[in-house]
This record gives sequence, C-alpha cells and structure tokens, in this order.
Amino acid sequence: MAERKLFKGNEAVAEAAVRAGCRYFFGYPITPQNEIPEYMARRLPEVGGLFLQAESEVAAINMVYGAAGTGARVMTSSSSPGISLKQEGISYIAGAELPCLIVNMVRGGPGLGGIQPAQSDYFQAVKGGGHGDYYTIVYAPASIQEMVDLTMQAFDVAETYRMPVMILGDGVLGQMMEPVEFREPAPREVPAKDWATTGAKDGRAPRLINSIYLQPEALFKHNLKIAERFEQAKKNEVMCEKAKTDDADIVLVAYGTTARICRSVMDRARAAGLKVGLIRPITVSPFPYDEIGEVARTAKAFLTVEMSLGQMVEDVKVAVSGAAPVHFYGTTGGVIPTAAEILERVEEIARAEVRK
Amino acid sequence: MKQVYSVPKSLQPRSTHYCPGCTHGIAHKLVAEAIDDLGIRDRAIGVAPVGCAVFAYDYFDCDFQQAAHGRAPAVATGIKRSVPDSVVFSYQGDGDLASIGAAEIVHAAMRGERITVIFVNNAIYGMTGGQMAPTTLVGQKATTAPFGRQKEHCGSPLRVSEMLATIPGAAYVARVALSSPGNVAKAKTAIRKAFETQLAGEGFSLVECLSTCPTNWGMGPYEAMSWLEENMIPYYPLGEFRTPEGGPNNA
Repeated sequence: MAERKLFKGNEAVAEAAVRAGCRYFFGYPITPQNEIPEYMARRLPEVGGLFLQAESEVAAINMVYGAAGTGARVMTSSSSPGISLKQEGISYIAGAELPCLIVNMVRGGPGLGGIQPAQSDYFQAVKGGGHGDYYTIVYAPASIQEMVDLTMQAFDVAETYRMPVMILGDGVLGQMMEPVEFREPAPREVPAKDWATTGAKDGRAPRLINSIYLQPEALFKHNLKIAERFEQAKKNEVMCEKAKTDDADIVLVAYGTTARICRSVMDRARAAGLKVGLIRPITVSPFPYDEIGEVARTAKAFLTVEMSLGQMVEDVKVAVSGAAPVHFYGTTGGVIPTAAEILERVEEIARAEVRK
Repeated sequence: MKQVYSVPKSLQPRSTHYCPGCTHGIAHKLVAEAIDDLGIRDRAIGVAPVGCAVFAYDYFDCDFQQAAHGRAPAVATGIKRSVPDSVVFSYQGDGDLASIGAAEIVHAAMRGERITVIFVNNAIYGMTGGQMAPTTLVGQKATTAPFGRQKEHCGSPLRVSEMLATIPGAAYVARVALSSPGNVAKAKTAIRKAFETQLAGEGFSLVECLSTCPTNWGMGPYEAMSWLEENMIPYYPLGEFRTPEGGPNNA
C-alpha cells in the first residue's frame, strides 16, 4: 500500500497535479488558494517544470492557453473573483479545444465578497462560465483524498475530450488537512496531440490554435464538434455517490463540503427513525441527472443543501422532473450550514410530506 | 541570371484581406524575410492579435496561435516557457497592445520575456471601423472622436516604445516607419535585430512600426504615407530606444 501522508488540501491538489504530469503553472495570488502557487513555486523546479507568477488572473489563464497550445500539461488555480477574470481565457481555451486544469477554491461573493468557503459559483463553474456555447468538465470533491484522486486523472480526461477540467473546491477543502495517498488512476488511452504548435519541423504543415470562425455555418459546425465531445463525457464520465437511497423517503442532495455535513445529518436522521438518503454529485458537470431521476421514482421528497442561495437545486429540479418535491436549504456569504439546522429541515419535510 | 528578389518562403502564396494601401502587407513581408534569413521557420510560433491582423496565420507559413484581445504577450509567454527552443513572435495593433493589452505588454517586458513583438501603430482601430486608439494623435478624427482627439478629454497619445524602453527587461526596442523605401529598409534591419535579440536570449524585443490606415483615415494610399511622415513621425520619433548593448538611445 502506498504511503499515507498528512496534507493540506491546497498542497495536496498541487502535488497530485505534479504526479499527473503537470509541468507548468501560471497563477496569481488570491485567498484561500495561495498554498497552491506557493507549493508549485517550490515543487515544479524539482521536476524540471516551470512556475510563473503572472501580472493578473487574465494574463495567467492566457499563459495557460499558450502552453496548452504547445501540448504541455498546464494548470492554474484561483478563487471566485479571480475565476471571474479567467472566464475570458477559459472560453478561448474551450473554443480552441485545449486541455488544461483549473482549480477553483470558491469563496463568498458577489464582488470582493469574503474569504470564507462558499458554493456560490456553481452556476459559473458548471454552465460554461465564459461567453459562448460550451461546457467544461467539473469535479466537486468532498475530501482531500478524493480531490487528489480526481486531480490525478484530470489531465487524462482534459486531453481525452480536449476541454478544460475544473476542480471545484472551497475554502474548507483548500485549508483543511487530511491523510492522503497518491494513487495512480486507471490508465486511459489519451489521443496524440497532433494539433500542438511546437514549430513546423520536418516538413509538416503549419498548425493553428484558434477559436475564430467568421462564417456562421463554420462556427455552428465547430461548436457542434465541441458539444459532441461533451456528449461523450456525459456518457463516460458522470460520477455520483448514492448512500442509503434504496429505501429513502427523503433524499439529501449536496456536493463537496456540504455533502460531508449532510452525511452526518443522514446518520442522525436514520438514528431517529427517518429514512433519509444522500446523493452526492462528484461531477457537477456533466451533472448526474439520470442517477437522481432514478432515485426520484421511489423517494418522496428531496432536500438540496448548498452554501449558496440555491444554484445546484435548479439542476436537481430538472433531474427530479416533477416526480417529487424538491426543497432547498442554503447558507451564503461564507457561513457553513450546521447539521442541526439541516436536520430540522429534514424533520419538517418528514412531517409535511412523508407522514401526511 | 542573378535573382535579386523573391517572395519570402515564410509567407503563404495567397492574397490578403488587407485594404489597398494598408502597410500590414509590408510588415508581414519583413517579418517573413527575417524568419527566412535567420532560418527559423521550423521553430517559429506566431501569435495573432484581435484586430485587422487577426488572420495573420493565414499568411505566414509557420505554427500560429490566435490570442484574445490584448493577451498575445501572455499567450506568447506560455508558448515560449513551455517550448524554450521556439522563436515566438506576437503581431499586435495599437488597440490590442497599447489599450486593452497594456498590462500584458508591460509585464512581458518586465520579465524580459524572450519573445519578439511586432507592434503595428496606425493611430486608429482598423477592424472595428476607425475608432480612437491610445495612439490617435491630438486633433486626429476618429468615429469615437468625431471632432478630433481632445487632449483635455482623453489625454495625449501613448508613446509605447519610449515607455517600454524604461523597463530593464526590454533588450531591444525600436520604432520604424513603413512609409518609404528607405524607412522600409531600416524597418527590415530592426525586425531582424529584434529576432536576433530573442535568439541570443537577451530579453524582450519589440519593433513599433508606424503604419497607415487609408480606409479609416479617409485618405488615398499616397496621401496616407505623406500624412504618416508629416504627422506621426514628429510625435513618434524613429530610432532604437534600447539595444542589448545598452545603447545607443538615438531617439
């Protein structure tokens, strides 16, 4: 068995990226993710890689574009206001069909907001984020081990589908420490980078990294090609954990840090005789619509819990599709919901909808 | 028979989308000639801007990346840092480089990024149809400065080369004009020197090319050349502002 080491979340995700072959990091400081660039500044030179602090998040993501266009394994990281700035570049990266990794340790917003953990950038993360018709693959780990495991496969996934992959964490996951083990992911066949611009050597034709298609029909076709790859990701990459959903009357739906709290809510509710289950999306894009829809055939009610005023709940409603009521409980601004508050909501729902 | 001229090999044999009388064609040719002369076509990676030169990749016969508006120096940084043996050049207009991309160009120079920047300054936004640029001269008319640029309202034009020459990481900074055979010959020398600066690993290099935009200036090609010489050169003096040897600053 591989060695287990105590790691802070931000440093663990950085180390996992290095072990996954990431050799280039371009970033800009912002709390609560600063340990990622700081770790990379020390670590990447050890493996012959390169860390560069950019003048802004805008510049950093465009450096990622340039390096990704040469076929390099490259990443950046930031937190909410910085991710807003990166959206321009993420849209171009998606349009130019380039693989990369973006780590987003979400903090409270809007505006400068706060520096405490939040999940209020779900919409921005899972609905494309920047301008244009595109999606990215977004993982929402709930533990540092899971964040490591997902990061270890993130580059393979990004290269398979030629699109950015985002790790959607929050201040809790970035800052807390847990024991982790760096495990090799299942091997994947990653397509050759026959598009990389490294200089037109040995008589090969020049290559172009590009997202401009002025003819509407050409852009239509290009966007469909990108969409087709995301359709493949929907078929192959959806990840979702279901706990005690088989006999559940009330099903909690939560991701990331909030899912950890909901797990203890489920245990406490079960101890009190309530049949409560939990669905935890691990990919929030593509979203596990079918997996939730299947549970909706037997569950009597859903309760979505988020550190936002209600974002993922919209996707849960689409998944449930009117088969059962979908309730919501959320906190915002960096306030973390307590298990007691959530349990109270579960009990209310049980009184209203299960025992009626 | 002695061949005295041929089309550069690093240009694709096709006609361009540029307007009649526009100097982008000359700038493209000079860059391609430098690439040919230095034998670096298979290491060259260009970065196209947003602006009239957005399709530059259609004309150069080397690898290219198309960048977001103003971000070409950041994209070029990502390329150069991940493929250090490549010869990376960005090709940017005045709106792209001096306005929206002001931060990116300053910091690429500050880092001494080993890239070559071809900066086409025609004192106006071309592709979007003649709006005011940071380099538009005081009194010069633009669609967003219909009464001519007013200093009191939006300041005086930015002298990019002089500004960048104050940055220690900038190894070669020169301003040339594409307005006469003599000036074009000097421009060719400067562009070649800029690439040589990159090849020698000496730091950031930039050549500002004073250029014409007959379409948006509302002039014929010849009149535009004269206007450039009579109006732009007095405000934007030609010369080398920084060289790897530390001088001469002959501006």
